[in-house]
Amino acid sequence: MARPFTPKIVTANALLEGDVIYLSASDTWVRALSDAALFDTQEVAEERLAFAAKDGFAVGAYLVDAVAGENGPEPTHFREDFRRTGPSNHNHGKQAEL
Amino acid sequence: MYSYNDFDEAFVRERVSQFSGQVARRIDGSLTEEEFRPLRLMNGLYLQLHAYMLRVAIPYGTLNPDQMDQLAMIAEKFDKGYGHFTTRQNIQYNWPKLPDVPAILEALADVEMHAIQTSGNTIRNVTADHFAGAAADESFDPRPVAELIRQWSTDHPEFQFLPRKFKVAVTGASHDRAVVRAHDIGIVLKEQNGVKGAEVIVGGGLGRTPMVGKTLSDFVPFADLLPYIEATVSVWNLLGRRDNKYKARIKITVHENGLDDIRARVEERFAQIKPTFGGVDMDMLAQIEQFFVSPIFVDKPMESYTRAYENDPVFRAWADTNLAAHKNADYAIVTVSLKKPGTTPGDASADQMRSLAQLARDYAHDELRISHEQNVILPHVHKSNLPALHAVLKANDLATANAGLISDIIACPGMDYCALATARSIPVAQGIATRFEELKLEQDIGELKIKISGCINACGHHHVGHIGILGLDRAGVENYQITLGGDGTETTVIGDRTGPGFAYDEIIPAIERLVYAYLDLRLDAEETFLATYRRLGMPPFKEALYPVKEDKADAA
Repeated sequence: MARPFTPKIVTANALLEGDVIYLSASDTWVRALSDAALFDTQEVAEERLAFAAKDGFAVGAYLVDAVAGENGPEPTHFREDFRRTGPSNHNHGKQAEL
Repeated sequence: MYSYNDFDEAFVRERVSQFSGQVARRIDGSLTEEEFRPLRLMNGLYLQLHAYMLRVAIPYGTLNPDQMDQLAMIAEKFDKGYGHFTTRQNIQYNWPKLPDVPAILEALADVEMHAIQTSGNTIRNVTADHFAGAAADESFDPRPVAELIRQWSTDHPEFQFLPRKFKVAVTGASHDRAVVRAHDIGIVLKEQNGVKGAEVIVGGGLGRTPMVGKTLSDFVPFADLLPYIEATVSVWNLLGRRDNKYKARIKITVHENGLDDIRARVEERFAQIKPTFGGVDMDMLAQIEQFFVSPIFVDKPMESYTRAYENDPVFRAWADTNLAAHKNADYAIVTVSLKKPGTTPGDASADQMRSLAQLARDYAHDELRISHEQNVILPHVHKSNLPALHAVLKANDLATANAGLISDIIACPGMDYCALATARSIPVAQGIATRFEELKLEQDIGELKIKISGCINACGHHHVGHIGILGLDRAGVENYQITLGGDGTETTVIGDRTGPGFAYDEIIPAIERLVYAYLDLRLDAEETFLATYRRLGMPPFKEALYPVKEDKADAA
């Protein structure tokens, strides 16, 4: 039996600032994971990734697993949890800016 | 210390100008990321988890006060007010923005610094004993040879596209503080029958496949040293595996081909290229040596030191841990700890950098060093100046008395910053240091080197920690493996893995159990953790780490 599909988001880093960005439902880049679009099928996710990868202002776009939460997508892996938050040793990055 | 000549100055400025153009072309869309990435890496610019990271070389860890002030200025103007000193004697800025990087590089060039070859498959920043030129046990100052190698390796046309990165470390002392046996090439300067030269060690390295370096030549006279090193890198450049990046380092080439085969190839290549050097390397070494003359040491009374040592217990505790023997008995080498419990190992604020620069001017003959252990060294301080210096350190939160103790932990940035990391390192270091401060056991435990890496690449040198900790991702959860008995000195040993790893919330209690076991097992307070481990081996420590649960014992 095939493994159930885990929804995906498209994420990258911004060219100028270098910070974490996410593709929104309106095809713009947003700074908060909660504003990201969650894609429910592999085909749509890959199609949106291909679209995002063409944007020169987004670096290293990739797909990552996420699940729907009360306030938008939530990460399923700690790496993405750190990426949406910032480092744990200083109050820098998204936790300080958003 | 070395000062740029016209050639160095022009080279660095030209590179800044080239890279500024490349950044502009990336921003206006003329360069794709694929095209830009190798260019930015050649100039030390990474893209990490949360931001860009600029890695600036501090050649063989040596800085003058003006350079330290400039690093502080950059931290404040272009970053978030701090910098992170690394295990390769570099400084990393964690938050630069791409459009600012050309201005940062220009500011670095203003003080004869750069970020060239701090990334990519090139010969990286040459590291050296951080007590160079000062240590009581030193026979040769390693800095002139390190500077010669820096000049030779910078933009060396044959070595810009190596199979993988290549790291060189140099020492000239009997005690190895530069971890030379864990480098691609380690150089130990020595004299034989009145001739100056070096032992050349090859194929050491940590990472995925840790190996202790092997002696390629027991003695290479200075006159042959640079061509011999070039021959070695050249042999590996042709022979090294480019099919698999995990097998590309020279340690694997030496392992797969055998040391004797590599030595024969190096000697053959050496015979070819030696005549082409024509002695220019020795002329340059002679010129470079003139930049590294000892400061003029002063002769003055020491009462202030003796008085403070006898009457001020805080000063005494600091002096007992953070001073090392200088070749001039009236002087001391000061280790300024960047490891206050609870802080990030290796981080220094802009204010701290400036106060260190001023201390170097006032009391340390204008010299600073960065150690691979992520501390700052003031190499030449007259003992009479130590009380005044200590007072300034205290005022700047830099007087932590823990050099070489359990809270003097090496930790890589880990998953708090690094895109390659598989787990966090920094909070583990913070947690261990804070816990042992609470226990008030640090002085009693004595010398104990804990080294933490957040992935198998081992930037945190965990394999050579007396206690090594490796953070991994196990099924989506941070997990920490422990190794014991590692040693990064002249008696280099790769640590032994204890067994299954520990979860994030279990690792600090696990370290605590290990340390209590050591305190019970040691013969006396003089027997260090490492000596106790060497005497008893793994079993008693393993027993402490993995206590048999009672229910399991009953079932058995």
